Amino acid sequence: MSDTLISASNLQKRFGDFEAVAGIDFEVRQGESFGFLGPNGAGKTSTMRMIGAVSPRSGGDLSVLGLDPGESGAELRARIGVVPQRDNLDDELTVSENLYVYGRYFDLKRPTIEARTKELLEFAQLSDRADAQVETLSGGMKRRLTIARALINEPEMLLLDEPTTGLDPQARHVLWDRLYRLKQRGVTLILTTHYMDEAEQLCDRLVVMDKGVIAAEGAPHQLIAKYASREVVELRFPVGVEADLSAEFGHMAERVEALPDRILLYTDDTDRSISMVEDHHLEPETMLVRRSSLEDVFLRLTGRSLID
Amino acid sequence: MATPLTLRIVEYRARYFRRTWRGTVVSSFINPLLYLLSLGIGLGKLVDANLPGGVDGITFVAFVASGLLAAATMQSGAGEGMYPVLVPFKWSFTYEGQLATPLSIASIVNGHFIWIAVRLTMVAAAFTIVSVILGALPADTAWLGIFPAVLSGVAFSTVITAAVVKAFVPQALAGIQRFVVIPMFLFSGAFFPVDQLPGWVQPVTRVIPMWHGVELSRWLILGLEPGVAPWVSFAYLTAVLIAGWGATMYLYRWRLWQ
Ligand SMILES: Nc1ncnc2c1ncn2[C@@H]1O[C@H](COP(=O)(O)OP(=O)(O)OP(=O)(O)O)[C@@H](O)[C@H]1O
Ligand SMILES: [Mg+2]
Repeated sequence: MSDTLISASNLQKRFGDFEAVAGIDFEVRQGESFGFLGPNGAGKTSTMRMIGAVSPRSGGDLSVLGLDPGESGAELRARIGVVPQRDNLDDELTVSENLYVYGRYFDLKRPTIEARTKELLEFAQLSDRADAQVETLSGGMKRRLTIARALINEPEMLLLDEPTTGLDPQARHVLWDRLYRLKQRGVTLILTTHYMDEAEQLCDRLVVMDKGVIAAEGAPHQLIAKYASREVVELRFPVGVEADLSAEFGHMAERVEALPDRILLYTDDTDRSISMVEDHHLEPETMLVRRSSLEDVFLRLTGRSLID
Repeated sequence: MATPLTLRIVEYRARYFRRTWRGTVVSSFINPLLYLLSLGIGLGKLVDANLPGGVDGITFVAFVASGLLAAATMQSGAGEGMYPVLVPFKWSFTYEGQLATPLSIASIVNGHFIWIAVRLTMVAAAFTIVSVILGALPADTAWLGIFPAVLSGVAFSTVITAAVVKAFVPQALAGIQRFVVIPMFLFSGAFFPVDQLPGWVQPVTRVIPMWHGVELSRWLILGLEPGVAPWVSFAYLTAVLIAGWGATMYLYRWRLWQ
């Protein structure tokens, strides 16, 4: 039990009559990377804010680091780091001033902050920008600075709400690399994302969230094994054609998904499916075989794509 | 109230001010100075020429400077309750950043007003020094006006802060400025004795915190008999301060603890 950092049971969040989080259960263990994967409005941020003790829960039980966030908010916040969905750095201050001010909020002494600032800027690859005004940083740099800032109090766990949304692919990879290093150092990461590749890269275990509930839980490979075939055949047809054809695929794979722009055949024998498509002279515009991903898991569980 | 964490907010605001003070010089220093020069000294020549010996032996420029000290400080106080409040809520989200630390909503609110007190002390002191240098105020008593100016300024800023957090749209700022702050500034008695106004308006001026600040400053600096007993003005400003502070605390919790 002692290595359980977070445990939630029937956790709820309501805004007026609206149920943003409709009773969820999960546990996060020491040193693991735990993810909430879900589309816009799934309730990820609402959940993270309750964990971070900045939002009161509407029902259920929640324990974080052995504390009740509703009762010991300040004590809890002193021991965690938060990377919020939207950046809230001080644009007018410099990079190192941002870290200094934030360290002071944790009542750290100047020499402590200065020593950590040096290390953290190195970690965030921002040492050469220490005296730059934050306003002049790129989106990826700001995100790295936000992560560095969240580490100023040497937190026991780090909450990351969509750490790479809005960044270009290269900036995302740099950030993943940094997060991976933290993970290797044993920092417990809790992150939300609506990118399946991010979830696959960073999460040891995740829950798939949709409309305020958890649809499934497990390691990425377990979820894929459970809810999708190993491989998928993806077919694209000229616009308007697939609607007429979709009925024909039923017997070509264990499961068929017809999306607006493509048809997905989930099968354990892709060669057989491909030759059946060819035998029936269906002539798709493109046909490709790929490994199943969490996107397919999400589609299976909710009937919708993650990013629409 | 002034817990270490509250002081962290004050420290942050001071650091922020060090980076941004240039933008505040015009509204909190140059503008009051222009009023003093144009009305106090310019118009004052005309007024004093028509009133040899001044009003109760006080020159018009001293009359204006002592009132303007409080009125201009309050105007700066109102300004501190506008964009500096709305920006961290709506655009920079710095309140969210602060609340993810051990800081509480109460420390943010208390730190905000303590910072305003510090800031207004700077504004009032700068104005006082310049007034003394220009010979508009007597060097020995001028500094006595700083306390009532800051008290009335902070009291007014609590009311403005609460109104801005309630209204929560940038359009409200222009409205408050045009329909609340500027009329109060003009009718606070800084530029002319309000007993010159029609009788029915006079009770209204008694409600304006700025009027009490102006009367107290003038009383302390020039010894001019105030329109109501000084303790009434002190009590009234303190009551406004407490009410505005409480309302702000309630509204911050309402906005931020969701
Ligand atoms: N303060 C609020 N008042 C009212 N409704 C809210 C509030 N905050 C969130 N919601 C609603 O709750 C639902 C869940 O929001 P939440 O921000 O938790 O989703 P999310 O999974 O983080 O989505 P996204 O990927 O867009 O960030 C949404 O429908 C949202 O509109
Ligand atoms: Mg979110």
